[in-house]
Amino acid sequence: MVDTCVTLSGITLDNPVIPASGTFGFGQEFKDYYDINILGTFSFKGTTRETRFGNQTPRIAECTAGMLNAVGLQNPGVEHVIQHELPELAKFFHKPVMANVNGFSIEEYVEVAEKLDREPQIGWLEVNISCPNVHGGGMAFGTQPENAAAVTRAVKAVAKKPVYIKLSPNVTDIVAIAKACEDAGADGLSLINTLLGMRISLKTRKPILANTMGGFSGPAIFPIALRMVYQVARAVKVPVIGMGGIASAEDVIEMMLAGATAVQVGAQNLVNPYACKEIIEGLPRAMETYGIQSLTEIIGGAWK
Amino acid sequence: MRLTVLENVPLTFNVYRMTLVGDTRAITRAGQFVQVQVPGFYLRRPISVYDWMPAEKGSVTLVYKALGHGTEAMSHITPGTSLDVLTGLGNGYDIDDIAEAKAAKAPLLLGGGVGVPPLYGLCKRLIAQGKTPTVVLGFNTASEMILQSDFEVLGARTLVSTVDGSVGTKGFVTDAAMLADAFDYVYTCGPEPMLKAVYRLCDARGISGQFSFEERMACGFGACMGCSCQTKYGSKRICKDGPVLVKEEIVW
Repeated sequence: MVDTCVTLSGITLDNPVIPASGTFGFGQEFKDYYDINILGTFSFKGTTRETRFGNQTPRIAECTAGMLNAVGLQNPGVEHVIQHELPELAKFFHKPVMANVNGFSIEEYVEVAEKLDREPQIGWLEVNISCPNVHGGGMAFGTQPENAAAVTRAVKAVAKKPVYIKLSPNVTDIVAIAKACEDAGADGLSLINTLLGMRISLKTRKPILANTMGGFSGPAIFPIALRMVYQVARAVKVPVIGMGGIASAEDVIEMMLAGATAVQVGAQNLVNPYACKEIIEGLPRAMETYGIQSLTEIIGGAWK
Repeated sequence: MRLTVLENVPLTFNVYRMTLVGDTRAITRAGQFVQVQVPGFYLRRPISVYDWMPAEKGSVTLVYKALGHGTEAMSHITPGTSLDVLTGLGNGYDIDDIAEAKAAKAPLLLGGGVGVPPLYGLCKRLIAQGKTPTVVLGFNTASEMILQSDFEVLGARTLVSTVDGSVGTKGFVTDAAMLADAFDYVYTCGPEPMLKAVYRLCDARGISGQFSFEERMACGFGACMGCSCQTKYGSKRICKDGPVLVKEEIVW
């Protein structure tokens, strides 16, 4: 019998598989496909202070082994999440959930974090300083170590729950930003968010996305994500949640060998609604194949 | 869901009909769509349902246009191939619960191009309800015309318009609709300029209707927010809350 449990800041997960924010809504769309209580947890849709419609469409463009999205943080706003989404979620999901916190100013990050922090269903705050699809917020905070540290410090000052900072790969030195967040008190790090990309239609000779650029995700980015997780996890002491292109149980193991304590699965949920279920069910056999008794033992196994 | 391709044949130079067999019980309404995993492509292809037989060993027929690399590859899939398909997606046309739709005796169905196929399954079910639908099909030119005889076989009066006048009324579906007998409700599917023209036609006649929209999407089941649109009652996802919107909620 293999052990798939991992621990994130004192909360033990049955397995390291966590659907990534923005690919799993508030769980509603997936509960008809399978019982989502099999998940380690999931990170819910990025939430801001106000309701946001997001960007104009088209918001999606296909790529080789991946896709671009430029949704632009569409969400119902933190009050609606607390009043409606969380009570609905409580009816069918019985584990601590990860709250994805967004903002366009430090004050907004703090306000959203403070409100969500009070909700007993929430186990962790994942602060997104890396959304590539909005202007004046999101990634603007995640591309400078000082800004990333400032958001981290401000959120940590109001949060009782563990705070994970979600990092952007669209930077020259992700390790410097990771360390700045750790020094500012982050309890953990999530990486990577999507890579900034674009596609142009040959028919119209114009960008496919209404937003011109969007975030690239899917199996194509896995080697980049793996490399960044490897670099960051070696440089910090806090746990790292690795993500970027994970599509199989083998990818989970590889990401954990690079130093991830848990993983998130994003784009693959959109292609196959059963993706996380299949990955979780595939883990014991993949572990047996590679002689792994306990997933916790392999975290950072590739470092030496 | 694994479905097996029974046939995949051309109807015109770039429009194909694919019939798949397998569990189709999730399909409940005309106007719903499926998401086909075409081998070698990352995202699925959303394709509207032409007709279906809902059963554990049922069937579903899709009529689709080879528009890009994915649908082009789909057109080469051979019978016997097993495909991963998500079925029963979207709300579809509501012919049972909307008061005006129920009350209507002579609905008008207007389809443009590859907006035509979902109207077939709809027309069949409206006739089964005892209604007398009239169908208007619009194409660019005669060589692109599809499914006209299918609707005639159902017994629906079928009018055709082409932009170049090579068959039927020269112009758009709204021009051919002038030849239709009195109608009291509208169901439509096609490109947005056509839907807008049909919307104005509804206004002119003081009737309501249901409009099926198209948008680029990723998941097709409401998770990614890739296909959101604004309606009078807030934002909706074309894939999950649509693709069919009732006239009263559309912002035009």
